[in-house]
Parts: sequence; C-alpha cells; structure tokens
Amino acid sequence: MVGVLELVEETPQAKSIVLEPRDWPGHRAGQHVDVRLTAPDGYQAQRSYSIASAPEDDHLVLTVQRLADGEVSPYLLDVLGPGDELELRGPIGGYFVWEESLGGPLLLIAGGSGIAPFRSVLRHGVAAHSSIPVRLVYSARSLAEVIYREELMRLADHDGVDVRFTLTREWPEDWTGHRGRIDRELLQDVSWPPSEQPRIYICGPSAFVEAAANTLVGSGHDPSRIRTERFGPTGT
Amino acid sequence: MTPVSRGFFGRRRPVADPSRVPPGQYVTADFPVLSAGPTPHTPLDEWSFTIQGEVAEPVSWPWDEFRALPSETVTVDIHCVTKWTKLDTTWTGVSIDTLLEGVDTSAEYLTAWSDGGYTTNLALEDVTDGKAWVAHEFGGELLEPEHGGPARLLVPHLYFWKSAKWVRGLTFTADDEPGFWETYGYHNHGDPWLEQRYQGD
Repeated sequence: MVGVLELVEETPQAKSIVLEPRDWPGHRAGQHVDVRLTAPDGYQAQRSYSIASAPEDDHLVLTVQRLADGEVSPYLLDVLGPGDELELRGPIGGYFVWEESLGGPLLLIAGGSGIAPFRSVLRHGVAAHSSIPVRLVYSARSLAEVIYREELMRLADHDGVDVRFTLTREWPEDWTGHRGRIDRELLQDVSWPPSEQPRIYICGPSAFVEAAANTLVGSGHDPSRIRTERFGPTGT
Repeated sequence: MTPVSRGFFGRRRPVADPSRVPPGQYVTADFPVLSAGPTPHTPLDEWSFTIQGEVAEPVSWPWDEFRALPSETVTVDIHCVTKWTKLDTTWTGVSIDTLLEGVDTSAEYLTAWSDGGYTTNLALEDVTDGKAWVAHEFGGELLEPEHGGPARLLVPHLYFWKSAKWVRGLTFTADDEPGFWETYGYHNHGDPWLEQRYQGD
C-alpha cells in the first residue's frame, strides 16, 4: 500500500496522483504499475498505469486520464483524496524502458495520456545529466488536453531536448506548432534519419501507435529500434 | 487481506456467466491490441510455418499448403494479462495436434517465434490435445495484421501473450527457455485462473 499525498489537475480530464511509496524497490523510466481497488464486499478491479515520475524523484507519480465509461479512472479522479491508501503492484515491464546505457538519439512519440512514461524518461535524462539528444513529438486533441505542458516547455530548455506539439482537433488562432495528426511529413521533419539509427518509443492509443510505427517503418527505420506501448481498443 | 479502498464500490457490469471471468479480469467487447513493436507485414508468398529444433525432421508449410491443412473453427474466451477478457471469440485455424502428426520429438518444451522477433515459450502439454491452434481467421474474416495476421498462435487457456501474433514457427527445445515477455518479468506459465501474471505469482 502507498499513501496518497496530493492530486494535481493536469487537464480537465487528467490528474497526477502523487504517492508516498513505502518499501518501493525503485523503478526504471518507462515502467508501469498495477493499481488494485477493493470494494467492501471484496470485489476488486485492477488497471495498469505508467509511472510518470523519474527514478530519481522523491515521490511516485501516476497520471490518470478519465475513461468515459471507465471503472477505475473515475474513482481515482473523483473519489481518491490525500490521506487515502492505494494498493500498488510493481514496477512492471522491462522492455518499454529507457536508460542512458540503451543509447540514442532518442525519439519519443506520444498520443494523449501516452505522454506519462515519457515524462519519466525526460526527467530521468535530465536528472542523470544524460548527453543523449532527445526529441519528443506529442499529439493531443487541443492545447487544453496537453498534459504537463509547462513542464515539457521547461524541459525543452535543456540542451539536447526538443519538444514539439501537434494539435489534432482545435488550436489557438496564433498556434505556430503543427496541426493535424502525426504523419510522414512531421515524422521526417522531427526524426533523425534511419541512417542515424534513433531509438524510437511510441506510446498512445492503439490506432495512433499503429499509424506512427507503420509510418516510421515505411520511412526506412529498423523495426527492432522501435518499442511500442498501446492502450485502449483498436477502433476498428 | 486487502484493505477496502475508501469509497470504492465498483461498476460491475452484468456478465452472462461470472464463472467464465478469471480473477482480476473485466469483460470487454472491444479487441484491444498490445505489442512491443511495429506490426510486421509479411507478404503471403514469403510466409511459411516451420516446426524445427529438437525434432527428427524439420517440416515447413508455405502459405498455400498451410491453408490446405484441415482447419477447425472454435469459439473460446480469451484473457489478456492487462486485465481484459473477451468472451466467445471465434477463430479458424489449424490445430497444433494436426501440425504435429508427422513430427517425431521427445522434447517437452517449445518456443513459438514470430515475424518481428517476438518469442514465447510453452510446454508441449499446453498446446496439444485440442488446446492450441495456429489461427488465420477471426470472426469469419481473415485475421488482420494488427491482431496477428496472417496467422497467430491461439492458446486460449493461457494469458494471451502466449498466443504469439505473426507466428512463423515452433522450435522444440530440450529445456524450458523463457521467451520475450517471460524474460521481462512476466510469469513463465501464465494461467489466468491462477492469476499467474508476473514472476513470483
């Protein structure tokens, strides 16, 4: 069990849950945890959430986005409060992780709440004084739905860290960033060429990950350099 | 005993038969996709299915010959380690029993391997006696690449990561050799009814 310290509203539909881990074995950037809820009659529901904090951070952070007809996310967003306890299992997953020894250059591609594990990766890179160049492309429906916006802008001030947003549904009139879904043009603009063998991580809804991964492979990137993490239904 | 989560009562959806839902799982009507990397797209004229390793004689079927093997249509429940369960999924494919008819082996383990480099390990007894198929149709349609097409392993009584997508062959091994997820912290066997999700379960 871990104690809930604080809930931070990231967007109208997403909050970061700040946890005080006890007996936490530590984690690697990109890993996830299982959260298990128990009802008074013993009924339980479990879901997986990416860890959004760096291994070096004092607290463990999970960022949860509301699923409209979800069972666990509405509880975590609407009911859970400071002082509550949460049952966690983890850290889990040893493949969708990044640390400096894996090298780069590093291209991170996030859709929606798929940004969460990359917050961990970016914070880890800064905390570890990594010299590996990182580029993040983050696709969100609107500016209001961009999670960690200010922090990502601050991270982009670090040498070797480049952050790009693309907004797919609506954008401010003076928006100078990319508009529309991630496509071949944007990826070729942002990514290192295949000859530089970037390490590529893609996290987001299934259809988003499928499209981005297919585009990169079609552009000549080595499939074995691309790691993916998907959530949600296929949409087909 | 796990303490109750304050204010949590659950939003249980009525399930036709709760006895078909393993512990910790929820029923979904969607078909979520999980994979560690990009979806491979191998042309059918380059595709074959191979049985090799600790066998007297390796055997390989090109796509046309594979499709000419007797196939079965089964309706089964599938369970993903990420907690979703999908009931009554209908698949058509070739039973592993059929594929092993002419194969002479004393090995008790095998590794299923796929386009894209994915592997998963299985005990022979988990894939024989009508327990596993190499499926090429889902719901009466050709299996889509996202879901593992042209063909995937189907081992419905184990967590679904054992049902390797884009499967291209089985390699028999003398010893049990952990596959991809099995070396990244997931359980070696993966029985959903025993909730064998991760190492140590």
